[in-house]
Amino acid sequence: MLLCRSVTVSSPSAIEVDDLVKSYGDVDAVRGVSFSVPPGEVFGFLGPNGAGKSTTINMLCTLAEPTSGTARVSGFDVVAQRDAVRRHIGLVFQDPTLDSHLTAEQNLRLHADLYGIDPGVIPARMDQMLAMVGLADRRDKPVMTFSGGMKRRLEIARGLMHSPRVLFLDEPTIGLDPQTRSSIWGYIHALQETEGTTIFMTTHYMDEAEFCDRIAIMDRGEIVVLDTPEALKAGVGADRVALGTADDDAALAALWDRFGIEASVAEGAVTFHVEDGEAFVPRVFAELDVAITSVAVSRPTLDDVFMRYTGSTIRDAETGGVAEQNRAMMRAMAGAKR
Amino acid sequence: MSAVMADIVAVRVPERTWRSEARAVKTVWHRDMIRFAGNRAQVMTWLIQPLLFLFVLGSGLQSLSAASTGGVDLKTFMFPGVLCVAVLFTAMVSAASLVWDRELGFLREMMIAPVSRTSIVVGKCLGGATIAASQGVIVLALAGLVGVPYDPQLILGAFGLLVLLAFTVSAFGVLVAVTIKQAQTFTWVMQLVVFPMFFLSGALYPVAGLPAWLEALNRINPLTYAVDPMRHLVFDHLDVSETARRTLDPGVTWFGWQLPPGFEAGMVLLLGLALLGAAIWKFSRTE
Repeated sequence: MLLCRSVTVSSPSAIEVDDLVKSYGDVDAVRGVSFSVPPGEVFGFLGPNGAGKSTTINMLCTLAEPTSGTARVSGFDVVAQRDAVRRHIGLVFQDPTLDSHLTAEQNLRLHADLYGIDPGVIPARMDQMLAMVGLADRRDKPVMTFSGGMKRRLEIARGLMHSPRVLFLDEPTIGLDPQTRSSIWGYIHALQETEGTTIFMTTHYMDEAEFCDRIAIMDRGEIVVLDTPEALKAGVGADRVALGTADDDAALAALWDRFGIEASVAEGAVTFHVEDGEAFVPRVFAELDVAITSVAVSRPTLDDVFMRYTGSTIRDAETGGVAEQNRAMMRAMAGAKR
Repeated sequence: MSAVMADIVAVRVPERTWRSEARAVKTVWHRDMIRFAGNRAQVMTWLIQPLLFLFVLGSGLQSLSAASTGGVDLKTFMFPGVLCVAVLFTAMVSAASLVWDRELGFLREMMIAPVSRTSIVVGKCLGGATIAASQGVIVLALAGLVGVPYDPQLILGAFGLLVLLAFTVSAFGVLVAVTIKQAQTFTWVMQLVVFPMFFLSGALYPVAGLPAWLEALNRINPLTYAVDPMRHLVFDHLDVSETARRTLDPGVTWFGWQLPPGFEAGMVLLLGLALLGAAIWKFSRTE
């Protein structure tokens, strides 16, 4: 007991990152990030593609060596104690890493064997993991016959086979149907409660990020903000107004001239933030000379938080940014006219 | 769900020991066996080519070669070489599955596990060797069809050589697999390295009295040193004239020095160990 305590005291965090840097040649993929995650927390890692999320995860999982800085996972240094880190973490990657020629059960058993788990407990543990992800009746089927959602569930079951202290989930629900997504969240929460597992996840779904205890938003290799979802939303404060207009550029200019509001085009709508959006909308109709085709006013969401800190919504960030799309479209139109 | 989670089975990942590494080697090997068992037909296709050489080419060319082989059937002559070729192809292709593991993602599952890279490479090499040697055994079982006797000494010796060659070629295949980045490149290696090795090895012709350029290429080809002792072993158990033996099984010479079969086998073993070492070194440096 005493020993346990001293270990806990010496490493109170499940993840402790200090000024972590990763450079590939001249490119700084991660530029000095620092944060810590207490045990049992569900920690969300958000950011546009190329922000450095995957590189950070790879360093925490010992798959990439930091250029400088330190990271400890479950109390172990990711460079000096690589094996110890590996014994205490589970990983579910964005891309499948199952052997599709093997059955579900063979995949789990192979994992348990690689991790050196006591053969006596493997069958019972395997039964529980398969039951948890609802694949008990498919255990003897080759993975190649599984749907995308089933494969992902099996990956999660496999990542949990060895009771990891920290589970890394890289986009665990991407491309899955809503039911599977919500059941995966069910496992994540059950796990947190029963085994006290710390979850470190990346996601593109802002509605899912809400389920996280805390969120870090990463952009251009740095963490731009880190807090609970509630605090982040409260920080944005103002309501979000999205206008469909006949002429977005004219609308942007008019908003700036009349109201001093700096708006931007996001997901096809002129978007800006104001206090008390519902009261503001009638003024827009009265004073803007541009035809308005639609109006939406919403309370701040994590989308707004993301937009505030990275300058685009996460969906736009995915498709290369609205501004670039617009330019590409205009080039295409100009070309067609000629 | 909570009922399931309530009495959850506690699991602990122990620290690495030589026993856990041995278990990892066995696990990687066992996976290859499972896949081989479920995929036997596809692996068997790599026997088609050697068997075509043996039975079609061997039968077809018999009338041309009858005068020069001193009464020995061409199929009998080609048998030891074909044994080696069957192992060569299968071992290469089996080891190449590591390239597919990289392409299809499974390699990451093995790389992130708390086991040494050495265990993964060794397990993979033994897996390829087992599959290739078992293919060799199938060809070996056909000995009677081409006039090679089922002598226990011959069968055991040939089996030992098959295992040795299977190991060395698998080590080579794994080294190639951990070096190249794309599965496509492996096809090139087969065309540019493995097929020339087969043709230059003397599997289909005697290695004495060759043109100087071919002799040079033959002597630097590692496969030569597996084919030669195999042929020597087979001819030891055949009833052929001294002249025929000298023509068909002249043995490999280095500047006039006749290499003993045991020496040749030792070379193959050393090469295999060196290739395995290189593969381990290379794979340990892969991020």
